[in-house]
Parts: sequence; structure tokens; C-alpha cells
Amino acid sequence: MADMLLEVQHVTKRFGGFQALTDVSLQVHQGERFGLIGPNGSGKTTLINCISGVLRTDGGRLLFQGTDITTLPAHQRTRLGIARSFQIPKPFTSMTVLENLRVPLIYAAQTHDADVTAEAMEILQRMGLQAKAGTRATRLSLIELRKLELARAMAARPQLLISDEAMAGLSSSEVDEILTILTALNERGISIIMIEHIMRAVMRFSQRIVVFDAGQIIAQGTPDEIVRNPAVEKAYLGE
Amino acid sequence: MRRCVPAVLALSIIGLGLLLTGLVENRYFYFATYVILQYVVLATAWNILGGYTGYVNFGTPAFFALGAYTATFLMRAYQAPFLVQLLAGGLISGLLGLGIGCLTLRLKGVFFSIATLALTVVLQTLIINWEFVGGAKGMSIIRPATVLFFSSYVKFLFAVMLCLAVASVIIAWWLEHSWIGRGLAAIRDNEEAAECMAVPTLRLKILATTVSGALMGMAGAPFPLHVTLIEPTSAFNLDYAVNSLAMPMIGGTTTWLGPVVGAILLGAAQQTATVTISSALNLLIVGGVLVAFVILAPEGLVGLVRRLVQRERA
Repeated sequence: MADMLLEVQHVTKRFGGFQALTDVSLQVHQGERFGLIGPNGSGKTTLINCISGVLRTDGGRLLFQGTDITTLPAHQRTRLGIARSFQIPKPFTSMTVLENLRVPLIYAAQTHDADVTAEAMEILQRMGLQAKAGTRATRLSLIELRKLELARAMAARPQLLISDEAMAGLSSSEVDEILTILTALNERGISIIMIEHIMRAVMRFSQRIVVFDAGQIIAQGTPDEIVRNPAVEKAYLGE
Repeated sequence: MRRCVPAVLALSIIGLGLLLTGLVENRYFYFATYVILQYVVLATAWNILGGYTGYVNFGTPAFFALGAYTATFLMRAYQAPFLVQLLAGGLISGLLGLGIGCLTLRLKGVFFSIATLALTVVLQTLIINWEFVGGAKGMSIIRPATVLFFSSYVKFLFAVMLCLAVASVIIAWWLEHSWIGRGLAAIRDNEEAAECMAVPTLRLKILATTVSGALMGMAGAPFPLHVTLIEPTSAFNLDYAVNSLAMPMIGGTTTWLGPVVGAILLGAAQQTATVTISSALNLLIVGGVLVAFVILAPEGLVGLVRRLVQRERA
């Protein structure tokens, strides 16, 4: 398919004797809003660690825009256009918010020195963080940290943005705020993989959803199909 | 115009130092300032890895002594000229740094620090058992009788160390202000996030360990000629590890200025104490000052001054 962005083919991952991912295959298309859900410990974060390159797979292949990225180190994948946010925010603590964005702007997007500040400010404006540009990252509130995670990922100029539980622990209005930001990014042509426990958000946001349980894909489809799927209900609620 | 300022400053410091060698005759003055300048190099080199990149290195004695023993070996085996000794010392210790850099792939935090300490012990044991460079009892080094442009060898060594100090500060300044420095800081703050933000973490870490190691080796290369006796206990002295860590901590680890300030203050205090009170007091001073700084000014003198200036403005 011409508009295929990311292809995960038969990926497995083991941690010692524990099988974290078993034969996982999925595709993300150009411009798609893709949801990844599943109970805690079902392997969602492990999968995106494999996609972003933080972890190496034990089997299977990863293709990004047709290029095999299975053995590429994480920093090269980011340069190719895969950016992620972290579930537990990992800001660069010695830097201000603006300086945090400098890192991906210099290293991933290879922005010209003179344009770095302007570009960073533009991204912060889009995220609603411009007032905090000069603030140390350690002084941010939770939602600001989450926004910084997304802003920093955006500064890498990705084609695929992986948002790992960007809304956990936020209030309902804050969830809406993040959703608006992600939707706006998607409208600019960026594909988004959203990992989330907040069903209201995932169901509203995603065009297609994959459900994980115990390291395997148990269901795949549109939000409506997923809601009506008995296997999904069983995974979440038990028999 | 502003771009020339650091270069002019560096050249004038070296010029001033050379002028001094024509004016001051007291040999002890050169001996003491040499030691302080040597610590400027060691502290600056340590800070490139420890301060900028966040990898605490306890192995300064290993890099320093490897430089010193490379020079000794070249002197003994080939009567190599001084410049060759200096460059070779830097090269060999730089290679050791490269190896340590690869180690960072597996060892992080305190485990890395322990490994560097172990490196010192291993290397010292090897040297103790190598008779050619003096083994455990060491060997005397005879300085060349004359040296070009200088009236005594001590002055020459002082000038060499001054140039090394200026050069290492320039390197640190450049690293800090270039795109490399931004990447090193990202590694220090969060290595995983740095890698995911496209920072080639392994390559930058190896760069930092290599540059840091090479500078330490070059600081060590003139050591045999400076003390005219090389033996393992003094070359691998743990003081180097403690001082090169304490000096940036006292001055401030995030800027090039920190290690320079720390080395000059602490180095001068140690030299003064050695002469006026006792030579054993050295480390006690370091310990006391370090404790005070960790409690009162955890960001070092540079950080403290910066905070005061900011408060003044606000």
C-alpha cells in the first residue's frame, strides 16, 4: 500500500522467561489516528519501546515508510520521523522549557542555528506553553510536563507521533485540552499512535483501535467494533 | 569583534605567563603554580565527562598516570623528545578514554564510577609489575640540562602546563557552547529521552570520555620531568581523583569557569597549607570545603554568584 507509514511484522519480545510480546503485527497509515489499548501489563509500552528503538525486538521486523528499521538505534529512528512522548515525563531537568525543545530541533530536525528559537517558540505557542518558555522544566505542573513531552516530540518534526498515556492523571478539562492539541497535530498530517487508559478519549480520537492482552493483539477495528467485541470485554472485565 | 575576545584573552594569559618567567626567579613559585595549573587541566577534563555529561569518573589517577608512564617509557626506550612524550601521553590516555566510553553502554551511574576506580587499581598493579619503567620502586628521571628559550627547566614546564591549561579551557568552552554541549547536557539530564530526541548518545559519550582522558593524559605526561622521580604510589595518587572531582563541584559543574575557579582556589589553598601548616592537611581541607559546598552552595561558586545576581535584578 502506498500510504503505509509503519508496519510491525510478527514482532516478539522476551524479558528473560517472560514473553512480553507474541507475534504482534499491525500497520499504521499515513495521517491516521491510531489507538492502542489494553489492560495494565499487556505490552503496550513494550511495543512502543520496540518501535521507538528503546528496546530491541527478539523477532520480527519493523518497517517505516518501507525502510527496515529493526536494528536502527533510537536516535536514527527519530531522525527518520518517529517521535514519542514518555508515560512518566522525562524532561531535561537542567534546562528551561525552551532549551528542552532545542535538543530535538538541533539533533532531529537539524534546524539552522538562527531559526531554533523562533521554531521552538512557535511550537510552544501551539501547545499553549509560550508563557513558560523561560521556566526550568523542574518547576512545571503535571499537565505542563505532559505538554512539554508532546512539544519536545513535535520539535523533532515527526511523521509519526507516539503519545504514551499523555493524559493519565489529568482532569477532564485537561484531557480535552490535550485531545485538542493532538487533533490539531493530526490535521497537519502527522500520524498519531495514542496509548491511553481513558476510554472516552481514545474512542473519540481514534479512527482505528488495536486491543492488547498479555502481549497479543486480541481485537482490531473501528471504535464501534471494539466496543461491541466480546473478547475485549472479557480482557478488561474477566469472565 | 566579540568572537575574538576569548582568543585575545587566551593569548594574553599565555603571554603574561611567559613574561613572568623572565621576571620571577623563585623556583618554588613555578613548582607551586605548575601544580595549580595541572589541576586546572585535570578539573576541566574531569568536568567534560562528570559535569557536562553526568558520568562521575573516579579514574583520574589512571588517566594521569598512564600519560606519565607513557612519557617515561618513551624517554627510557627511545629518548623521545618532550613534544612526542606529551602528544603520546594524550593519545594513549585518549584511547583508554575511548575504551571507557564503550563501557558506558552497559554501566551507568554509580556502577560506572566504581568501574573507573577499579581501572585505577588494575592499571597501578600492572605498572608495579613492569620493571622497565621502574616497577614498584620507581625510577629517577634526569632532566635535560638546557632547554630552548628558558633559563631553567622548571620555567619551561610551567609554560607547558600554562598552555595546556588554556587549551583545555578553550576546548571545554567550545564543547559547552556548541551543539555537542547541548547533547551532553541532555544525556546528563535523561539519557533515554536524549536518545529518543535523536541525540547520538553513545557517540557523544565516547567523544566526552576520549577528550577528557586525552587531556588528563597530557596533564600527566610532563609529571616525570616535573618531580624527577616516577613511582606508582605518587603517579596513581588518589588525591588526583578526589581533587579533580572536588574542584568542579566547588566551582560549579555546568560551566567551563567552575573547574577553573575551583582548581585555583582549592589548589592555592592546598599549596599554602602544605608550606605553612603540614602536607598531610591537603585532603582534610578538600573534605571540609566540599562538605560545606554541598550543603551551602550545591551549584558551586559560579551557581551561587549567578543566583545572587539574579536576585539582585529581581
